[in-house]
Amino acid sequence: MTQPQTIVDKIWEQHVVHAEQGKPDLLYIDLHLVHEVTSPQAFDGLRMTNRSVRRPDLTLATVDHNVPTTDRTLPNPDPLSTQQIEVLRTNCKDFDIPLWDIFDLRQGIVHIISPEHGLTQPGMTIVCGDSHTSTHGAFGALAFGIGTSEVEHVLATQTLPQSRPKTMSVEVTGELGVGVTAKDVILAIIQRTGVDGGVGHVIEYRGDVIRKLSMEERMTVCNMTIEGGARAGLIAPDEKTFEYLLGKEFSPSGLDWDQQVENWGKLVSDKGAVFDQSIVLDGNNIAPHVTWGTTPAQSVPVSDVVPNPDDATTASSRETAQRALKYMGLEAGTAITDIGIDRVFIGSCTNGRIEDLRRAATIIEGQKVSSSVSAMIVPGSGKVKQQAEEEGLDLIFKDAGFEWREPGCSMCLGMNPDILLPQERCASTSNRNFEGRQGAGGRTHLVSPEMAAAAAIAGNFVDVREII
Amino acid sequence: MKAVKQVRGNAIPLNRADVDTDQIIPKQFLKRIERTGYGEFAFFDWRKDDDFITNRIQYKDAPIMLAQQNFGCGSSREHAVWALEDMGVEAIIAPSFGDIFRNNCSKVGLLTIQLDQDDVDYLMSRAEELPEGEIVINLENQTVMIGSEWSRQFKIDEFVKHRLLNGLDDIGITLANEQKISSFEEIRSSFLPSTDQAGQDSLKIN
Repeated sequence: MTQPQTIVDKIWEQHVVHAEQGKPDLLYIDLHLVHEVTSPQAFDGLRMTNRSVRRPDLTLATVDHNVPTTDRTLPNPDPLSTQQIEVLRTNCKDFDIPLWDIFDLRQGIVHIISPEHGLTQPGMTIVCGDSHTSTHGAFGALAFGIGTSEVEHVLATQTLPQSRPKTMSVEVTGELGVGVTAKDVILAIIQRTGVDGGVGHVIEYRGDVIRKLSMEERMTVCNMTIEGGARAGLIAPDEKTFEYLLGKEFSPSGLDWDQQVENWGKLVSDKGAVFDQSIVLDGNNIAPHVTWGTTPAQSVPVSDVVPNPDDATTASSRETAQRALKYMGLEAGTAITDIGIDRVFIGSCTNGRIEDLRRAATIIEGQKVSSSVSAMIVPGSGKVKQQAEEEGLDLIFKDAGFEWREPGCSMCLGMNPDILLPQERCASTSNRNFEGRQGAGGRTHLVSPEMAAAAAIAGNFVDVREII
Repeated sequence: MKAVKQVRGNAIPLNRADVDTDQIIPKQFLKRIERTGYGEFAFFDWRKDDDFITNRIQYKDAPIMLAQQNFGCGSSREHAVWALEDMGVEAIIAPSFGDIFRNNCSKVGLLTIQLDQDDVDYLMSRAEELPEGEIVINLENQTVMIGSEWSRQFKIDEFVKHRLLNGLDDIGITLANEQKISSFEEIRSSFLPSTDQAGQDSLKIN
């Protein structure tokens, strides 16, 4: 009998082009997603070495990181962004790569557009010069972020030399309470593992809570895998995955579909498969989370208080917590619900999908944004924006006082004009609360779309479980 | 990639944990399309504090950086590696590193050396007390040494070591197996998606 395998083992073995003792395996890459920020130097490298793009037909480019989210028929005020976008256009033209450009309805955040058109499928290897490529793991794909040297490598060879990662099982049991979301699940996981608990590993998320999540919620969980240190995180495909993919533009159809569904069904970790690490979380105990510090692991339930650094177990974590509180302008012991906010950002590859907007809308409908808060909603893609407008969500948001913007990464990383001013405090549905992430001196609290929406209305954090 | 055999010199004691790549090179500098010139922007926000460690004259041009656990976590931006390289850093010693950052370093030729917490703490306090104190890193022998008085072995992936010692280009190595890539492509499933038609019939927004 063959050794029981994890889903990672199975996908890995299906993609090994070349293996040699003492060297990393050479893995074939099924899909390479490209954007304007991490690719210019890779294309330059190709030109300098007179190499071409091996498989433009397995490559897709879009502009997302630094595009303005305001009226795009107006000139882009930022000459450097304009240049970077122009350079991508030239590179795509020169190397024959399809580009979903700024006036294409399909343009959007790279990790949102690929799944929504069915390009992301189970069992694939997917890479992109962006650490949130782990998002695609929601479909049972092995997907991870790479640097620019690796972008050039994939462009030139459609492969990547990779050492086999360790595996980690993260099981979330039980059932989530009302008002508790996928965002809270992943924040709770990272709080438990720490920001480096996953280093060197690929995570498989399992358990009843994960199974019950929709595909979009699974993407939220997998998206933030890198914030716990693991480069990739995935979920075995199931009926929900197949249902999501059925009929999508790039999904197989007819007999091919039947054959693929059969193949995809085998992509599960075998009974008895061994993981290098395993942790179990009780989903019943997960509450809506709010980060209080400057790493995604520094979060507490909304009903809690800002922790005291003196309670930290090591000198190093005490120091880190002290620095974080100073940067965030918070006092230990402050109730999370007493923290007032200035800005709200709903969007990003973590929470910029249609379901996120629908859930935010249920909180916002008929309410007004607090007079002390400036709030914006940035749909993750042109398609998400169109769908939201068809459903009238944009009107709910605008009536409440939210700004309704064009799709892109926006204030998740503030490469475009959407940034926090120094010391502005933001309830954000994005993925990183690092110092200066959303603007130099800005203070980010990571939350779910529901929590962000409720905070926008109240002007401070509120426990969504009390209002729904 | 240039070959790396030995790094010798003093070390910058950046005594912080979980230093993310957003701190190493903030986003506003990622709009540049060049591969060089990022050094002056490294730790841009932290450097606004005159007392920040890289601002101190004693550590100017030090080829080694010491840091605490999980150095280089977060964003995949290789610009972080280019920025450190451009400010003269040739090796980083820490108890652990972010995966993508470490991988990026190995492609650029920047050494990342993982030592035990106690050893990093020792080197850190020594570099704070003795800013000009020399450390010698020998890649061939996989050692970190202070004179003849202190020495530690470090582990490194054998193939990464081989590439660094010889300054080998990864793409060149892979293309030596070009035939194997072609053979793989011949048997690759035809059901898998292609972006071949993705550039066609762009759906324009009016």
